[in-house]
Formats: sequence, structure tokens, C-alpha cells
Amino acid sequence: MAGAALLGRLTWQPAEVVEVVTETDRVRTLAFDVPGWPGHRAGQHVDVRLTAEDGYRAERSYSIGSAPDGSRIELTVERIEDGEVSPYLTDELRPGDTIELRGPVGGYFVWEPALGGPLLLVAGGSGIVPLMAMLRVRAAAGSNADARLLVSSRSWDDVIYREELDRLSGNGLRVVHTLTRSQPPGWTGHARRVDAEMLAEVGPGPAERPRAYVCGPTPFVEIVAGALVGLGHDPVAIKTERFGPTGG
Amino acid sequence: MSIVSRGFRGRRDDGADPARIPPGQYLTSDFPVLSAGPTPHTPLEEWTFSIVGEVDEPRSWSWEEFRALPSEEVTVDIHCVTKWSKLDTVWEGVSVDTLLEGIDTTAEYVLEFAEGGYTTNLPLEDVTGGKAWIAFAFDGEALAPEHGGPARMLVPHLYFWKSAKWVRGLELRATDEPGFWETNGYHDYGDPWREQRYWGD
Repeated sequence: MAGAALLGRLTWQPAEVVEVVTETDRVRTLAFDVPGWPGHRAGQHVDVRLTAEDGYRAERSYSIGSAPDGSRIELTVERIEDGEVSPYLTDELRPGDTIELRGPVGGYFVWEPALGGPLLLVAGGSGIVPLMAMLRVRAAAGSNADARLLVSSRSWDDVIYREELDRLSGNGLRVVHTLTRSQPPGWTGHARRVDAEMLAEVGPGPAERPRAYVCGPTPFVEIVAGALVGLGHDPVAIKTERFGPTGG
Repeated sequence: MSIVSRGFRGRRDDGADPARIPPGQYLTSDFPVLSAGPTPHTPLEEWTFSIVGEVDEPRSWSWEEFRALPSEEVTVDIHCVTKWSKLDTVWEGVSVDTLLEGIDTTAEYVLEFAEGGYTTNLPLEDVTGGKAWIAFAFDGEALAPEHGGPARMLVPHLYFWKSAKWVRGLELRATDEPGFWETNGYHDYGDPWREQRYWGD
């Protein structure tokens, strides 16, 4: 059940920026206070609406990165250089500003601790955001369900939530990085795009019937989901969320 | 009553007729992909399209039989619930009217069913009278698997999740049965011009 969506129309609500965190050169986390926020499930998203002075509006959808925390929600946004909305969110918004959002939305690409493990999460770039919400919910619940996270980033400096991922590791969670464009000196980890061999190594294998969540740009998700099917994972157990090159 | 976003101007350089962009949508020239799972790859020799449910006799076409049916080229605007719209997209497909020819039914609803168990529901009148097609080509090329190939529904007047990718048939029904996204928070009907995105919209 998608929680609040059952209660009636999702109305636009004012959301005040309370904190801005720089995650990488292109990525910022925006924390909002949304009075009356009904809570959300890990993996859900919100719609964001911006209004110009002359009434012109633009809407986009963003995944929620935070675990439920009262009236606070966090969106982690990557700046798309020619985007209409994301550069405003990442570069212009500051604490005290208010925008509008409505949500939470989506009842499929979600995980909650009661579903248990094993869990196989595969993120391409900022596709990590809804998966991070799952890991944060898992940690908050004290769950030690078997969870693997494979994160594909361009470089070490492009890894979103890097330090927090370090802290969350252990207690059944294994985080594996692959850096596709450049690697720091002495890097001994993966240094190529995600492929079947890497997925097999990260596990869990098909025999353990993990729930797989794959999020990233469309070509990334196509390759990863296809490789998982090729390895023998049940297609029905593979949930995907894609974002296109446009977005904005 | 909305809140002005300090310093937000917006782009508005699309040059498109605003009357063609439903509320909350923005134009894209790309063709983004929205799917809930892996892209299926069914060999054409195993592909069939069926009409089942409230019909005197179920019907089924093989790929060859389906492609032998009369088809039409249509140019339509499409609108995805994730906010992108794409104008003047060119498709080739078989009209649902053609598939329903000679079928006697009292059904008022239809459930599209597709590979992988995906379903989506709509009133029967929304797929008849020249409003819906089973499309097998986009922009003059065979429809790519990630966009629903070999064939997908095309119901351009509703949000695009109502146009099931990898569609394999229609179930004609006396009653409305919510489909996949419709049971996962999305609107039962999905009219972009009334911005019916989610439950309660």
C-alpha cells in the first residue's frame, strides 16, 4: 500500500530548504522541512514544482534519499548541465527558500525491512539515491539482512554518499565500487563498467533468490538487468528504475 | 495559489505550441525509457497476440499473421507520467479496430497484458474508434526492444504507461480491473490534460 496515496489526492505542499550538502562537484543533497509529511517508503519519489514570477511552472520527479524522519525529507540531485530544473535545485536553492512538492509516490520500486534479504542493489551514478534510502531504512531498523550494493561511478570523487557508505558497511552489508573513467593511485577495485562477471562476484547468486533493485541511466539499467537475467536471476525479482539523458 | 521560486526563470525556449503540452509536462527530443523490470526478448516465432475475455471466441495471431493485417502510419504526441512529452512521433501499427473487427462483445473495459505480467486497464471506448494501435515501428524502423518491441500498444491520448510495451493481448472485461501501475499508486484513467497522474488526482 502506498501509504498516504490512499488517503486522497496528493496535494502540493510548501517545502522549506533547511540544509544543503555538497556531495560531489555535480551533486547536492537538499533537506526540506515539509510540515505534515506523512512518511514514505524507501524507493519512493516526490514531484517537485518550481514557479517563476510570471507564473511559469516546471515540474520534475526526484527520488527520496532519506529514511523517514518526521517532517524532514532529503532529495539528492545531480546537475544536468542543460537541464531546466536541476541546475536551479543544485546551484540556486539555499536554506530558507521554499519550493513546492507532492508525494510520496510509487508503490513498486520500494523495499522495507519486513521484506528481508538477500538484497542486491546496483546503482549507476545518481541512481544510488533511492537505493540509499533502502540502506538507511535498513540501518535504522537494525536489520542485518544480507545486502550487497554495487555502485558504478565515474571516479572516486564522483561517488555519492561515499563516507556514509563506508560507515554503513558491515552488519550484513557489503559495498563494492567500480570506477569507470578514472581511478585514484593504488586503486585495486573494479575499474570498468558493470558486467555479468562483476555482478556474479558481488552476488548473491540466483540460487539465493535475492531481490534486485537496479537504478541508473537507461543504458546502464538495460545492461545490468539484462546481465542479471543472463546469470539466471528471476526477471520478476528484478526491479528497475531508469532516468533518461534528458531529465533536467 | 503557488509559491514563487526565488530566482527561477525556467527555460521556455522550446518554441512549441504551449497548447500541445499538458500541465506539468516538459518537451524532450529524446525518447526516455520507463520500465519496471528487465527488457524481455521474445523470439518472433514464439510471439502471439490474443484477444480473450468477454468474446464469443478468443482470437490469436502469430507474428506473421499480425504483420499481414492492414496497418497505418500515425503521427501523434505522447506524454509520459514522469513528465516528458514528445511531439509528432511517427509510428506504424495495426489499429485496435482492425483486431476487433467482427468481434461481438458486451465488454466495457479492456486489460492490456504484456510480457512479464505487466497489465494496464482502460475503458474499451478508449481503444476503439481510431484511438489506439498495436505499433511495431517507430520513426520508420522496427520498434527497439527497450521501447517495447517487437510490438507495443499506442494509446496516445492517455499517459504513456497505458501504452503497454511488449503487449501480447487484450482481455475484454465487463468490469474494470486495475493494472500494474494502477495498483502501485498511479491513476486509474490517466488523462494528461486533467493531470491524472496518481491516485486521487
